[in-house]
Amino acid sequence: MRRYIAARLAQAVLVVLLSLTAVFGMVRLGGDPVLLFLPMDIQAKDVNAIRQRLGFNDPLAVQYARFMGGALRGDFGESLRYRRDALGLVLERLPATLLLAATSIALTLVVAVPLGLLTAVRRDTLVDHVGTVAMVLGQATPGFWLGLMLIYLFAVHLRWLPTGGTGSLAHLVMPSVVLAAFFSARVARLTRSAVLDVLGEDYIKTARAKGLGEARVIGKHTLRNSAIPIVTLAGLEAGQLLGGAVVTETIFAWPGLGRLTVQALLNRDFPVVMAAVSFTSIVYTLMNLGVDLAYGWLDPRVRVRP
Amino acid sequence: MTKWLGLLLTVAVVLVAGAAPWLTAHDPLLADFVASLKPPGTPGHPLGTDQLGRDLLARVLFGARLALFIGVCTVVVTAVVGGLLGLVAGFVERWPSAVLMRLADVQLSFPFILLALTINAIVGLGLRNIILSLSAAGWVVYARVVRGEVLSVKQRDFVQAAAALGMGRARLLFRHVLPNVAPSIIVVASLQFSQFIVAEAAISFLGFGVQPPTPAWGSMLSESRDFLYVAWWLAAFPGAALALTALGVNLLGDWLRDTLDPKLRV
Repeated sequence: MRRYIAARLAQAVLVVLLSLTAVFGMVRLGGDPVLLFLPMDIQAKDVNAIRQRLGFNDPLAVQYARFMGGALRGDFGESLRYRRDALGLVLERLPATLLLAATSIALTLVVAVPLGLLTAVRRDTLVDHVGTVAMVLGQATPGFWLGLMLIYLFAVHLRWLPTGGTGSLAHLVMPSVVLAAFFSARVARLTRSAVLDVLGEDYIKTARAKGLGEARVIGKHTLRNSAIPIVTLAGLEAGQLLGGAVVTETIFAWPGLGRLTVQALLNRDFPVVMAAVSFTSIVYTLMNLGVDLAYGWLDPRVRVRP
Repeated sequence: MTKWLGLLLTVAVVLVAGAAPWLTAHDPLLADFVASLKPPGTPGHPLGTDQLGRDLLARVLFGARLALFIGVCTVVVTAVVGGLLGLVAGFVERWPSAVLMRLADVQLSFPFILLALTINAIVGLGLRNIILSLSAAGWVVYARVVRGEVLSVKQRDFVQAAAALGMGRARLLFRHVLPNVAPSIIVVASLQFSQFIVAEAAISFLGFGVQPPTPAWGSMLSESRDFLYVAWWLAAFPGAALALTALGVNLLGDWLRDTLDPKLRV
């Protein structure tokens, strides 16, 4: 197990370094980066002064070394709009994003895993058909459209919930339901197919043959063995959510990381964009690492091949 | 049953998109301020009109064209680029394989929508650039799947035999390996398609991607937010069109996977 962890850790460090490189490279995709960093209506003579100040006149290798050195110390430069530490702005938004992510993941697991399990165990009954239709619909419904429709129904029409913003429990309801709807559909489908796979295995037949109660067969033998794909997907989605749900946060004016990223992109505030995207990528990589390590714990066979 | 629903919906969307100019008498870009914000059911405007008095049905229909065009272009670009890279990496192994897998790891460390959105904000707005951004963010799935398939296909006896008979590498790759990984490419393409059109709509919704007045479902939904209190139909219909399209293609993709390649997990 120790070798497995060491190999995974080394790989994660490499991915983080390469991802930071990719963030640096991405900002160069559009050609002259100064033009990205500036408001559209800037005077030509100011461009050069700013280019000099931001260090874009240095050789690329120097700029790269400076970016990586700064990034590894958590220094992505100053926000062009707020004149404040870019990473500080990102971290400030983290609690809101964490709250939303935790709520929607909890909601997803509470809804999706039992639903997937139920539809698999009651395969080809009415419960299964209704459940499957719900999953397919949930997966096909774009989150931002669902969000708009919920706003219309619950905020505009019924006036039960606020349209957006933050501050109370009521503000949390719609954004977390929108996020959970999509993820639940995916997690439930995966749970259903994973449980169906396991139910066909010989050891389940053995467990039943030796007279084990159905609760134990399902609760212990089936669930634990179908956990791997479920943990993978749940982990990956958690990683995505921690990076901020760009679209959902924007619709509901939720002051999290995703909305900050969108606003920074719209304001062309690239130090903040770079800080936010790098942060997301690192969190995502760590979640991946966590998922991989959970694999090793859930299924010892995985440890053999790193 | 679901496979027929998927096929039906997909064919319907394709037909509607293709026949858009003949299905409506209205120009999707033509404003008519006198007839602005008319509700659905207004004579001449079955789905109503938007804030500029443009016919909503015409805009939804032409939006289908745009969505399918972007989806098809992106799927083709990603399948060709990702597929070729995956083929080469799986076939040659050694360093191309290692490089590709690290590249894939890096790319997969960014959430898809965030990556596509950021690239789009950097390379610029418009139709061509949204296709480019989605492709740049999406090719890696093909590369990974194809590489994995090639690794297993090339161990098979008929490939080994052809190599032993002295067949050239290029011919071996394209005659014997490619046809055997083609089903996976098709399955991935069908499963990615709806992800691409929904992502395009999301990016246009956020103000990047396709810009107004071009009738794209995403930017229509974005404009509809300002009128949610007075005109629900502006948000309801473009989104429903998007959801139905995604539903049809998803069901079709599931069916293709079940018949062509049941073990594939994307």
